[in-house]
Amino acid sequence: MKQAFELTVNGGHVRVETHPDTSLLHVLREELDLKGSRFGCGVGLCGACFVQLDGQVVASCDTPIWSAAGKTVVTVEGLAPGDELHPVQRAFLDEQAAQCGYCISGILVSAATLLARNPAPDEQAVVEALDRNLCRCGVQRRVVRAVLAAAEVTE
Amino acid sequence: MTELPADLAANPVLARWVTVHPDDSIDVRVGKVELGQGILTALSQLAADELGVDLHQVRMVPANTRLGPDEGMTAGSLSIMRSGPAVRAACAQVRARFTAEAARRWGVEGVTVRQGTISAGERTTSYGALADAVDLEVVADPALPLTSGDGPVFTGTDSPRLDLPDKIAGRPRFIHDLRLPGQLFGRVLRPPSPGASLRHLDTSRLADTNVKVVRDGSFIGVVGPDEAEVMRAVEALRGATAWEEHDALPDEDDLPGFLRAGPHETIEVVPGEQPPPAGRSLRATYNRPFIAHASMAPSCGVARWNDDGTLAVWSHSQGIHNLRGAIALLLRMDEDRIEVEHAESAGCYGHNAADDAAFDAVLLARSVPGRPVHVQWSRPDELAWSPFGSAMSVDVAAVVDESGAVRSWEYDVWSQGHTSRPGYGGAPGLLAGAYLDRPWRYPAPVDPPLAGGAGTVRNAVPIYDLPHRRVTGHRLLETSIRSSAVRSLGAFMNVFAIESFMDELALSAGIDPLAYRLMHLTDPRGRKVLETAAKAAGWGTPVAEGAGRGIGFARYKDKGAYCAVVADVEAESEVRVRRLTIAVDVGLVVNPDGVRNQIEGGATQATSWTLKERVRFDRRRITSDTWETYPILRFSEAPETSVELVEGPGVPSVGAGEAAQGPTAAAIANAVAMAVGVRVRDLPLTTDAIVAAIESSDG
Ligand code: FES
Ligand code: FES
Repeated sequence: MKQAFELTVNGGHVRVETHPDTSLLHVLREELDLKGSRFGCGVGLCGACFVQLDGQVVASCDTPIWSAAGKTVVTVEGLAPGDELHPVQRAFLDEQAAQCGYCISGILVSAATLLARNPAPDEQAVVEALDRNLCRCGVQRRVVRAVLAAAEVTE
Repeated sequence: MTELPADLAANPVLARWVTVHPDDSIDVRVGKVELGQGILTALSQLAADELGVDLHQVRMVPANTRLGPDEGMTAGSLSIMRSGPAVRAACAQVRARFTAEAARRWGVEGVTVRQGTISAGERTTSYGALADAVDLEVVADPALPLTSGDGPVFTGTDSPRLDLPDKIAGRPRFIHDLRLPGQLFGRVLRPPSPGASLRHLDTSRLADTNVKVVRDGSFIGVVGPDEAEVMRAVEALRGATAWEEHDALPDEDDLPGFLRAGPHETIEVVPGEQPPPAGRSLRATYNRPFIAHASMAPSCGVARWNDDGTLAVWSHSQGIHNLRGAIALLLRMDEDRIEVEHAESAGCYGHNAADDAAFDAVLLARSVPGRPVHVQWSRPDELAWSPFGSAMSVDVAAVVDESGAVRSWEYDVWSQGHTSRPGYGGAPGLLAGAYLDRPWRYPAPVDPPLAGGAGTVRNAVPIYDLPHRRVTGHRLLETSIRSSAVRSLGAFMNVFAIESFMDELALSAGIDPLAYRLMHLTDPRGRKVLETAAKAAGWGTPVAEGAGRGIGFARYKDKGAYCAVVADVEAESEVRVRRLTIAVDVGLVVNPDGVRNQIEGGATQATSWTLKERVRFDRRRITSDTWETYPILRFSEAPETSVELVEGPGVPSVGAGEAAQGPTAAAIANAVAMAVGVRVRDLPLTTDAIVAAIESSDG
């Protein structure tokens, strides 16, 4: 029942053999050993697993691998080349915008996607872009400050 | 001779705390664990200062039952208070041993340590160079000073968190990411309802799969090499089981009735001194529902049965030693044959399912000796099967004089117990234990002792100077709902009730709520915190139509952090908390930004509890098992927060993690009362609750 699928992940071409219903999240974490995307709910409701799929933010837990075939995936590890950090990651460090950090990968993906589209968002735009991401530790306001700070740097 | 700090006296061998490596790196082991609160960063600051080294020379090693000190639970905002002095003293003693060795070699006195360099005059050496010569397998010497006496370099500064670079880069860091050689994956098929028992299990659907089914009584799990296949197998099994279920849960629409029906243990916190004096009397009743931890990560555990019959466990437990004891009790084995190591997970706000998941892994791994089994819970199981924070109900009555001042105060609180942690009450307290063939049912949840901070009656005694007080707790002794410690335990509800009622008394006397509190408060640190928050929030400046401003205040656990919160809310069709202005006094601040982060996070989480959260169930099953049925605060709902640190000069540090919970709820409720003109006494403050309060006040 296993099938082969090809896709681009963080700029590299990959080929995986798996069950077509296996989630993209599972492929990233287990087949490709990219542990940055986290499992939170498995049904698209928390944001912990968010990645970019052809430039759009999607829940990788809820994306079967067959539907990602041939497409381009960017995970938190791929927001910046190599070991570099994306400006929004640097801003999160500067603001210490995390507690446990479990939600942060998905939030970074949402934030970087917003900044790619809108390099100078206002607070309202940031809040809207992050509203599908849950954070239980309550660092929402620090995160918003960090994203706004990153926007200033990138501009 | 000084007295050693309690945690060092209990674990006096220095090698348990510190290992110095020849390459100059220094491992510091503590019994406290990182829960996302930043404790290891704060403790590393203290350690670096006492050792006289740079922060990067210190490596904080995960807690381990065999190698590290036993410092009990990481809970109750006690970590910095208990572990801080022990780490400092242990590191000061290590440093003294190294400087003594240098002094002996050089035949000099007055050896100093700066930035990792041990020196006397022109001569220098390092920790690493002396590592082989200094024996740390020695007990701490009470004759040595508890601190090196050098001024702080890192303590009191905003040292960045040690764990955040990994987490922000998306590197493996969590227990979920742990992959051990030969590791298999496991999943548990939980029963459909608490107390259900398995009648029939048909495994024929799994015939062609590469998984193994484990069954012990009503406990069922699946183990296999491919996690995705294991997950599919559990879903297939779900449709192939028959269970016997009972309607055992209370009526969710009458939780006060359930909590008050009894039987109870009566907790006399302040016995009634005299009959209340005559005067105008007021009374009110406040309620809150059950709430869930709702951590962002599902609980997870890893276990391996070694060939020699010993057991290795990895867990994000708050108390790895207690977990080890509980596993030993359930499996009737010797505790020394079990080693538990802490591994990080998402934020932990109390006794969640970490220990349960670890025990699930232990049970599943038993079927595959020598292979580690990694078990992760599902989101529905996490929301439905982690222990809950108990529902609570409060009656409070006061008699006031002509000026409005309180002349007597009577307070009753009903609740389930606030802990069923492993080992408490003599029971193992691990979920799966109750479903085994030889089950160990968990008893009703209990409360920590009064001296240990209490549970139901935590913060039930107001900080104010009130005459003629009576404060009584009533802990329910029989229940079918498993409750345990959730951030601040009973303090959230008690502070909400006390501070709401103080507001009601102030308004009925026509006195400003801040002035009314100050009128009843002599504690100078408390007054300062209240006044600081009020000033920062612009207390007394006008508030727009449809908006409200309220204040809430408490000293956590009566001897912990002081915290005052001013909430600015808007209440149109629903309540929006716009701003929380907070002042806090935690004594000596080790890491100011760390304290701010904890207070902001606690207040934001408390806003979520206050506005939205309620565990839902019918008479049989927990029904709030998704983020849709158990919604929590979103970005668009998170209030702007600001935190003023009021330093208590020369006072020891106390924890910050739980101080804001109760004051935030009360501040919001008081602000809502101002905005809508009606008092809402039942949490959460949803639109429905407000409409109900308006209707009942009209009637
Ligand atoms: S894990 Fe994918 S949205 Fe929750
Ligand atoms: S930082 Fe813990 S869930 Fe967001």
